[in-house]
Amino acid sequence: MTRSDVTIIGAGPAGLAAAIEAARAGAKVVLVDENARPGGQLFKQIHKFFGSREHFAGTRGIDLARKLCQEAQELGVQLVLDTAAFAIYDGRIVAGTTPKGTVQIESERIILATGAMENTFSFKGWTKPGVMGAGAAQTMINLHRVLPGSRILMVGSGNVGLIVTYQLLQAGADVVAVIEALPKIGGYAVHAAKVRRAGVPILTSHTVLEAKGEPEVSSAVICQLDDFKPVAGTEREVEVDTVCLAVGLTPLAELAWMAGCQCEYLPALGGFVPVHDERMETTVKGIFVAGDVTGVEEASTAIEEGRLAGIAAAASLGLLSPDEAEERMTAAWERLAALRMGPFGEGRQAAKEQLMKVGKAG
Amino acid sequence: MSCGNKGDTVICRCEEVTRQEILEALADGARDLRGVRIRTRAGMGLCQGKTCERLVRQIIAEQTGVNPAELRPATKRPPVRPLEIGLLGRDDDDSVK
Repeated sequence: MTRSDVTIIGAGPAGLAAAIEAARAGAKVVLVDENARPGGQLFKQIHKFFGSREHFAGTRGIDLARKLCQEAQELGVQLVLDTAAFAIYDGRIVAGTTPKGTVQIESERIILATGAMENTFSFKGWTKPGVMGAGAAQTMINLHRVLPGSRILMVGSGNVGLIVTYQLLQAGADVVAVIEALPKIGGYAVHAAKVRRAGVPILTSHTVLEAKGEPEVSSAVICQLDDFKPVAGTEREVEVDTVCLAVGLTPLAELAWMAGCQCEYLPALGGFVPVHDERMETTVKGIFVAGDVTGVEEASTAIEEGRLAGIAAAASLGLLSPDEAEERMTAAWERLAALRMGPFGEGRQAAKEQLMKVGKAG
Repeated sequence: MSCGNKGDTVICRCEEVTRQEILEALADGARDLRGVRIRTRAGMGLCQGKTCERLVRQIIAEQTGVNPAELRPATKRPPVRPLEIGLLGRDDDDSVK
């Protein structure tokens, strides 16, 4: 059995940041990820981030991933790749499957940074080949350089739907339309404007009723909505070979549930999320969380939460003095507060405060 | 939003459970995700509910009026990722290089 001070599950932005902070404090850190390389979703984020400079504005996700990976490596973080964590036993043993077999890591502290998964939405024909998550399409074009299709219908106008639409155009596909069930566009105006300038219509108060074709998608039926109900007579068939679903993300909290962490349902954060305190510790002592697993946000917030969890885990092992830990954590909280401002951040900030209040009450 | 949903629409892809079968489970007395799971196997397949859990929760909430916040996931047990059965019995676990 391998032993570690801190085992982190998930090597995306949150997990890498946690690994860096814990290792910097002197912890023996094992970072587990099911993919062949660390970086999580950052490697497919070829667009530049927004915000302030200290939050990597102007930096592309892919460059940020390289920087974080290099830093983790220099600090001696042990990367265990191609390994899917499938269980946590006794709150301290992480079990994973490797290409060769299984591995067990006995861990003084565990940080869950497992991220989120794409939501689906069911309609007639949604299981046909050609219907896929927008994130999956983004992985195909930006990581594997394979176009999922040539004529695409994007369902959902949040930032994922808008950004992936633009990147599909860049990759050479034709996006026929972006449709949105709500009466207004979900994502940032700047992304929407780019999509509109490229000539792609964004149809609000619209949904998809059916994906047609045998065996794979050859067209989709869309219609107008009035108060979320289809308006009879507005159905029309659009010729597409791919329907991308960008209808939100759900925190991947299954290991937290298994470990007995209390979870709360907060729609603003994507569904059920593990309750945590200001140190990112869950209701199970020694198990911490960071990033999308405890509320779907952005890479920048995931990094700050990762730092908090890494610092807190190291401090709880006596590797940082309480004052040092306090100082570093206060700085991270200040950066988080700045990131959670504005019309998109405020709702999440309120939901996060509620989540931590539950943690205290428990 | 599921206005394009017909009874024969598949909800749990892994176990091929349709919306109609979930409605029947509810008519049979199921009131939560576990109740639907033990009647239909929805959520018991390869992905362990990663795809359908949210859809099933939506159907239960819309049919019974229960608040989705009350519809906790069915119990998560190891393994949460697909695993060759032979691996579990073996004792070749070794250290990470």
